Amino acid sequence: MVEYFTLILCCQLIGELLVSVLNLPLPGPVAGMILLFGFLLVKGEIPEPLAHLSDTLLNNLSLLFVPAGVGVMLHFELLGTELIPLSVALVVSTLLTIAVSALLMVWFTRLSQKNIENDRGADQ
Amino acid sequence: MKNLQETWVYLSASPLLHLTLTLIAFVVASAIFRRLKLNPLANPVLISVVLIVSLLVATGTSYESYFEGAQFVHFLLGPATVSLAIPLYRQFEKVKRSAVAILVSVLLGSSTAILSAVCIAWLLGADGVSIISLAPKSITAPVAMGVSEKLGGLPSLTAVLVILTGICGAMLGPLVLNLLNITDWSARGLAIGVASHGIGTARALQINETAGAFAGLAMGLNALATAVLLPIIWRLFFA
Repeated sequence: MVEYFTLILCCQLIGELLVSVLNLPLPGPVAGMILLFGFLLVKGEIPEPLAHLSDTLLNNLSLLFVPAGVGVMLHFELLGTELIPLSVALVVSTLLTIAVSALLMVWFTRLSQKNIENDRGADQ
Repeated sequence: MKNLQETWVYLSASPLLHLTLTLIAFVVASAIFRRLKLNPLANPVLISVVLIVSLLVATGTSYESYFEGAQFVHFLLGPATVSLAIPLYRQFEKVKRSAVAILVSVLLGSSTAILSAVCIAWLLGADGVSIISLAPKSITAPVAMGVSEKLGGLPSLTAVLVILTGICGAMLGPLVLNLLNITDWSARGLAIGVASHGIGTARALQINETAGAFAGLAMGLNALATAVLLPIIWRLFFA
């Protein structure tokens, strides 16, 4: 377990280093995620303790956002004066983004599946 | 009595108190969430934040002294993001099959998130600095704060708007997806991940592993897309 927590931290650390040295527009942990994914591809399987560790972290992912969320108390005043424009923009834009992304994903998945079927049809 | 007061002074200066407070609030919020059968409207992040902020305001505690304790929880966000590689690897076959659909949906979803937020806020008369701070709201906080700062926004305001966007997407997203009759787990996860980053991903992971993997992937891709697209869109349309 400790080995794999160390592996995760190393991926994050190397990710942070790469991002700052190469000036990448990515957060260090996302670069770390790509590195860990590369490790899994090379290894060809997920070691059991790593799976367990990741499930533990991700099952409680919501908890990890709470401290940042409490930061809302720093901006009560500004949020108060611009309550209507900011909240309307935030809610409408978020729901619109969800609708657009989901519909596009469904359409393009269908489209590419049709193409694959057509290709198969042409082969036969 | 004096002893009790001294103990209290000692405790409120140590990280233990606010770390424990964070965990207790989350345990209570999760119990409510489970009691309401994982109803997205009973979002555990929102309930925890409301509980903690009320208590901090009531006791006159500053955010800085709260964060002294809460930072240990906050720190784990990094390792948790790295470990999103595991659900992604488990779902890699599905991801490979729909690679093109994923890229197109994330790119257009990302542009929708930026343009709609900026236009609506501008039409309703929001201040320029608030509009820039709102623009990267759909991506994970560290990148959003960096982008906001580069364009002249307030990073700390951006952080708050990012969290509120996450909560909003996790709460109301499932409702929108049901209205649109979208039943495919990969599309549902991707949409939540694009619009509401890690908080949406947390919700998706609780419901379905495919949705969780697609949400995590979409979150990473959107962070990249927004970091590249937002400065360009900003210069083209608004600067």
